[in-house]
Amino acid sequence: MNPEVMIYNVLSLAVPFSVAILLAALGENFNQRAGVFNLGCDGIMCMGAFVGFMLPYSLKAGPLAPYGNLLGVMGALAAGALLGLLFALVTVTFRASQGIAGIGLQMLGWGLSGTLFRHFVGGVTGVEGILAMPIPYLSRIPFLGGVLFNHTPLAYVAFLLVPASWFLLYKTPWGLKVRAVGTHPRAADTMGISVDRTRYQALMLGGAMAGLAGAYLSLCQARMFSDDLVAGRGFIAVALVYFGRWSPLGILGGALLFSIAQSFQLSMQVWGIKFPYEFAVMLPYVLVIVVLALARKARQLGPTELGKPYNREMRF
Amino acid sequence: MNKEKLVYGGAVIVGVSLIAALLVALVLFSIGASPLATYKTILTGPLSDVFGVTEVLVRSVPLLLVGLGIAISFRSGILNIGAEGQIQMGVLASTAVALALPGLPRGILLPLVLLAGALGGALWGGIAGWLRARLQVNEILSTVMLNYIAAQVHTFLLRGPMLDPNELETGSGTPQSMRLPETAFLDQIVPGTRLHTGLILALVAAVLVYVLLWKTTLGYRMRAAGAGAKAARYAGIPVEKYLVVAMLLAGGFAGLAGAVEVTGVHHRAIEGISSGYGFAGIVVALFGMLHPGGIVPSAIFFGILLIGADMTQRSAGVPANMVLVLQGVIILSIVSAQSFLRNPYAQERLFRWLSGFRPKKGAQP
Repeated sequence: MNPEVMIYNVLSLAVPFSVAILLAALGENFNQRAGVFNLGCDGIMCMGAFVGFMLPYSLKAGPLAPYGNLLGVMGALAAGALLGLLFALVTVTFRASQGIAGIGLQMLGWGLSGTLFRHFVGGVTGVEGILAMPIPYLSRIPFLGGVLFNHTPLAYVAFLLVPASWFLLYKTPWGLKVRAVGTHPRAADTMGISVDRTRYQALMLGGAMAGLAGAYLSLCQARMFSDDLVAGRGFIAVALVYFGRWSPLGILGGALLFSIAQSFQLSMQVWGIKFPYEFAVMLPYVLVIVVLALARKARQLGPTELGKPYNREMRF
Repeated sequence: MNKEKLVYGGAVIVGVSLIAALLVALVLFSIGASPLATYKTILTGPLSDVFGVTEVLVRSVPLLLVGLGIAISFRSGILNIGAEGQIQMGVLASTAVALALPGLPRGILLPLVLLAGALGGALWGGIAGWLRARLQVNEILSTVMLNYIAAQVHTFLLRGPMLDPNELETGSGTPQSMRLPETAFLDQIVPGTRLHTGLILALVAAVLVYVLLWKTTLGYRMRAAGAGAKAARYAGIPVEKYLVVAMLLAGGFAGLAGAVEVTGVHHRAIEGISSGYGFAGIVVALFGMLHPGGIVPSAIFFGILLIGADMTQRSAGVPANMVLVLQGVIILSIVSAQSFLRNPYAQERLFRWLSGFRPKKGAQP
């Protein structure tokens, strides 16, 4: 096999792999920029994946069948935003410790999606899902066309969200508010920005994006749902935000790096290189720890009030 | 812990349980199950006979051990989410030692096996502690990742090097280790049931944790580091060192729980041996207000919930994942209630908001 084909195989697999963690990490970036550390991202992705799967699955025979996938995506966005709202209630209004609350939300999302799935569906069932939509002309470019322009619509949306979230964060009044409440909430409050409201908005947006990431997994990548479909990708997404130094472009780089490692691991098995399967599976998780250990300096670039509840009535 | 605090804390826990039960009732309702009947099965079903009671206690042993470890780490200001992986490492280490040294007399082998389990877990927890202390790696993320890694190591060893040779020759290839020598078994307390002396071990551990945290210098320093790292550092306490110690202890308890499961219940390493005890342990510790005196009843309560959830799965068709939902809701409600109660301003605001519904004459807005 010539090296060009090998590289092509690795890259064209890596791009779809990166979509889910990219979407979730871009959403988590809004949360963290607003000063809230949302570890429940993984649970939100589980619920997004379930809702995204469930709507087309249950509408399969009905008159709404042609819109099943669209409704699934909308439902996943809504479910994610709803869970983001719940997390905002707990961490912003009640000012609960964000780390533990995040784990609670993760258990809730994971358990709820599993419970509903077992009750309404039962076993492993596939859905047609969202099919790949090659972009005319561009997808026929040799090499690049197959790598970049032959994916599902959600993948294009995810990549377009990179510049979009950069624009939102740095070029709009709302983005300025988000960054302000994450860096110096008291100053923002003094300037008349509602810290709580901005954090609520950021958490709902981040939740909706995590829900979309889940729907991508169940509708575009696996085309089915199972309890362990998400498999900790939400936590990887949180780590990516650190790795990408809270910038959408950095997050894109991190997501691509991770997915290239993952697709390389899969390709090695295809090429017949003997390697215990379990070690291949654990590779991305090891990579997260290594990346976090190396990203120590980057932490100074992050939102300074990350993880701290803001209480405007506290005087000190 | 003085009496007022105890009553207050107890009231919070009861209130939180009620709120959580109401929220989960909504979920039960949506899947067409009767919430009342389900709760009745969960809470009374396991206690209807002696066998059920012993099974509850069997489940609460690992919950208690894991919960104690998590309480140590939370009190020290490091959030250990990695008990699941630490249990699995404890399972592997204790099984390996028991299988490697089958000839040793019981009096030596059994303590050695339990110690190996604790060390296995401590090592796994210690990695996260060291990463946090030296490289400021967020311990929640690192312990979660270590969970996934441990699960893969566990699968790899049970399907490869540690697989029971009999399974390869005659069996179905079930991924499990060889059976432990009988000298490495914990005794049964009630003959004919699975209840084993690990229960006594866990209760002794609860007392030891209390003594450690509240009656020794080490415990005081660990709690100080957790209550206020900055202040502790000014007082000359090397906070980073105690973070590592806390994670070693937390991992050690989780590993011990794994070893106790192997020597007391399964008598070999099997897949799915930790079955969510690591996550349930977090709820057990929070529900027990991070105090051994609360964690003991809390572990028994969650033992009931786990057995009860299995029963409802069989009788009422409510999936056992339901427990996970309940745990998640309980965590969210506990942390909300605790920070709300610690914050007089928020309470004042709530009262103002509540009194807004019944405006008194001449009241200031």
